[in-house]
Amino acid sequence: MPNNKDQVYGDHISQRFNNELLELKTRFLEMGGLVEAQIGSAVQALTANDSVLAEQVSAGDRGVDQMEIGIDEEAILIIARRQPAARDLRLVIAVIKMVVDLERVGDEAKKIAKLALKLEAEGQTSLGYVEVRHIGSHVQAMLHDSLDAFARLDAEQALRVMKEDKRVDEEYQAAARTLLTHMMEDTRNISRCMSIMWVLRALERVGDHACNIAENVIFMVKGEDVRHTPMEETERVVGR
Amino acid sequence: MNTMSPSISAEADMRSKGAAVPVPDGRRKDTLMEDKPEDTVIEEGKTVGKPFTADPKFKLRNVDVSYGADRAIKNISLDIGRNEVIAFIGPSGCGKSTFLRCLNRMNDSIDICRVKGSLELDEQNIYDSKRDVVELRARVGMVFQKPNPFPKSIYDNVAYGPRIHGLANRKSELDDIVENSLRKAGLWNEAKDRLDAMATGMSGGQQQRLCIARAIAVSPEVILMDEPCSALDPIATARVEELIAEMSESYTIVIVTHSMQQAARVSNRTAYFHMGHLVEVNETDTVFTSPQHPLTESYITGRFG
Repeated sequence: MPNNKDQVYGDHISQRFNNELLELKTRFLEMGGLVEAQIGSAVQALTANDSVLAEQVSAGDRGVDQMEIGIDEEAILIIARRQPAARDLRLVIAVIKMVVDLERVGDEAKKIAKLALKLEAEGQTSLGYVEVRHIGSHVQAMLHDSLDAFARLDAEQALRVMKEDKRVDEEYQAAARTLLTHMMEDTRNISRCMSIMWVLRALERVGDHACNIAENVIFMVKGEDVRHTPMEETERVVGR
Repeated sequence: MNTMSPSISAEADMRSKGAAVPVPDGRRKDTLMEDKPEDTVIEEGKTVGKPFTADPKFKLRNVDVSYGADRAIKNISLDIGRNEVIAFIGPSGCGKSTFLRCLNRMNDSIDICRVKGSLELDEQNIYDSKRDVVELRARVGMVFQKPNPFPKSIYDNVAYGPRIHGLANRKSELDDIVENSLRKAGLWNEAKDRLDAMATGMSGGQQQRLCIARAIAVSPEVILMDEPCSALDPIATARVEELIAEMSESYTIVIVTHSMQQAARVSNRTAYFHMGHLVEVNETDTVFTSPQHPLTESYITGRFG
């Protein structure tokens, strides 16, 4: 593949095949957009003590689930009808896998929304919100960049997303230590800090899912599976 | 909720760029060559992937074939391994059948056809002027696109080769060869009670398996198949494909096919031909999941051909 930036799925002899693949891609990106918004709103609901927004996020997860089912159905039909090969096959397989990650991110958003409602009911202090906002915006950017890498078939950007994950893990560890300090200072903080811990844990998982999406983007573009592969090896694959 | 995220606008952006080179539906084949990616310049004799194997059955080097002034095969080098199934794929007129027919000198009958380069079977020159072509074709058998049984009985069709090559001394030996060949071709159960019936009365799928039995009967080392299933229904096709898998234990098989799914199903290695060039040779699994050459990719994904 000489220039991956030019790589498109719309140049088959069968126009209907083109439409099916482009439709699959578009619907995946729509689902990605929805999930991004769910995570953004969940963090917003939590840090702004906005229970109405939290309820909305919680209810919105059904829409994400429906999209997952619809996209899977479409992917299965493409395989049955077209027997895609090479980059087309990799697109369909990658979408089937990445849709699972997006759905899980949706679940994490719902989890955060539920915790937001609990925290709001327990009283209004901003303990731990700095950490939530910080890690939240970090993983949201990762998710956004991974979807962007998918839309543009940009393996280098996917690699950057994967490298971010280590930093998120470090931030998560640091935040956990801070919360532990709060708990030791005052045992009345324990319940609240535990809830915040769960939120951070959910956000950290979002970063992992963004990484999985990035791995699939590299698979789509380069044709090599970089899961469970050392970072140097992944860099070599992307650099090819 | 804002679902129109920037990543979607990036997608739209990308697609609008792609729209600069529209691909009209139903365009005619002869206009294809004016478009990309077909007009990718191929360097002569340059094949990506793994064209060579250790200890090959066929060793083919710098092969050039021309019909008069037309070069049909342009400087192709390839090894075909022992007991491997190799599929030749490519658009019509790419030279895959021409190349296949060089392997047992089926092109000899065409006056204007000239074959140059080195073609060896077990390290012996196929095109040696002293070579017995009949002996060569007994070692390298062929099955054609359309089933072409002789207008004789089923038995005589299979016995024909062994008879002219003097492979059997007694009637019982010939009976054994016929039975074994029909068994290997998966036709024995259907044919054993009607061995004296005319072969032309069989179904198309049975006729093709009979032709395979006929090819096997002279104990060849190699079987060349030129689109063996294109005239068969899906069930007969599946039978022949099963047969190819079983036969690969004892024979080297070269198959030309227009069905890419068939190439993916039956072969160990796949060779992609394009306008007389051998563009890519690789493990079949590699070719159908991550081909290395953009032309191969375009062809197997249905972007032209």
